[in-house]
Amino acid sequence: METAWMAWTWQTGLFFMLLAGVLTVMTLLAIFKPETERVGVLRIPTTRGDRLFISLLCAAFIHLIWIYLMGSDPITTLPIGEEGFEVTSVWIASLISLGLAGVIFRWV
Amino acid sequence: MDKPIDNRAWFLALPVVLIVAFNAIVPLMTVVNYSVQDTFGNNEFFWNGIGWFQELLDPTTDLGGRFFDSLGRNALFSAIILAIEVPLGVLVGLCMPKKGPGVAFTLVVMALPLLVPWNVVGTIWQIFAREDIGLLGWIVNHLGIDYNYTLGPLSAWITIVTMDVWHWTSLIALLSYAGLRSIPDAYYQAAKIDGASRFAVFMTIELPKLRRVLLIGVLLRFMDSFMIYTEPFVVTGGGPGNSTTILSIDLVKLALGQFDLGSAAAMSIVYNLIILAACWLFYTVMTNVDADRDATRVEA
Repeated sequence: METAWMAWTWQTGLFFMLLAGVLTVMTLLAIFKPETERVGVLRIPTTRGDRLFISLLCAAFIHLIWIYLMGSDPITTLPIGEEGFEVTSVWIASLISLGLAGVIFRWV
Repeated sequence: MDKPIDNRAWFLALPVVLIVAFNAIVPLMTVVNYSVQDTFGNNEFFWNGIGWFQELLDPTTDLGGRFFDSLGRNALFSAIILAIEVPLGVLVGLCMPKKGPGVAFTLVVMALPLLVPWNVVGTIWQIFAREDIGLLGWIVNHLGIDYNYTLGPLSAWITIVTMDVWHWTSLIALLSYAGLRSIPDAYYQAAKIDGASRFAVFMTIELPKLRRVLLIGVLLRFMDSFMIYTEPFVVTGGGPGNSTTILSIDLVKLALGQFDLGSAAAMSIVYNLIILAACWLFYTVMTNVDADRDATRVEA
């Protein structure tokens, strides 16, 4: 099957594999530890899946808002590979998203 | 009542999952792949990281400028048509006959615009509003009002808004009509005994009872107007200039006109996220408003 038109990169591949992994884990959890709805600080009943969805959606918007407000200046270069791995400030948005996901899973 | 929930029924949804995988997930993944790369055709791609997003979200660049402009136009379009269609639809719903031979006739007439395909609606209005041969355009111009949707941005906006109102007010009207029909007569009788005015009846009985259907109506109209493409494309093609270029039209220009796959992919991802968030918000509010009301009713 010809897949050149899909233009895969290892970065997007990794991203989708992580996403698929998270979905698989959540599905397995749903099978072996069935979830119940609960009402959190938003006063809406949410299940684990709902909280994952909210976290992912928030993560997407946090990244967009970060790029809009802060841009993506390089912070540092990690000594990986020949040219080094440039770390931009967008990774801070990723950390914020991860933290927020924790908050959402705990309190929403 | 502890009924075990058997989730194995979800396996029955497997064929749908497979179909969706091919017609939605694979293309969507491809869009994500494109959004981080640049191409000059021939399936050769160059890594661009988040460059397109950076450009898209920066209003000072060409791409960002046109994105925020068309996003603003789209928001304005949705706001205008919601502000017109919802009150008008409720009003029409209130005026529709509740019994007698007129009911069937009114329902058919109201449903007619909803059955016309988008591109046909576009073509109808494209001709109807022309200033040289169109009935509407010709009359308006002969009344001394300068109206030409191919030249004037205001005329173009009035045309596409009127077209949308013509096409979709019926939906709100039919939804409110159905909602009104479901209100038991006892409420009206009680209001009559209390000597409530027509306005009080509307505010305290009809409007609260219509909340659910109106939320659905607003949700449907918002999503549809935010994703509308065919009708404005057929009538104005985004013009004059860029004055009616809303997001979907801009996206098609970018992706299929200029073939800038990278920036178009970034734009469609952001567009998609906005719609996804709006959808979730509406859906959550919609389901929970009802849940709250049910809860208070149980307590009462």
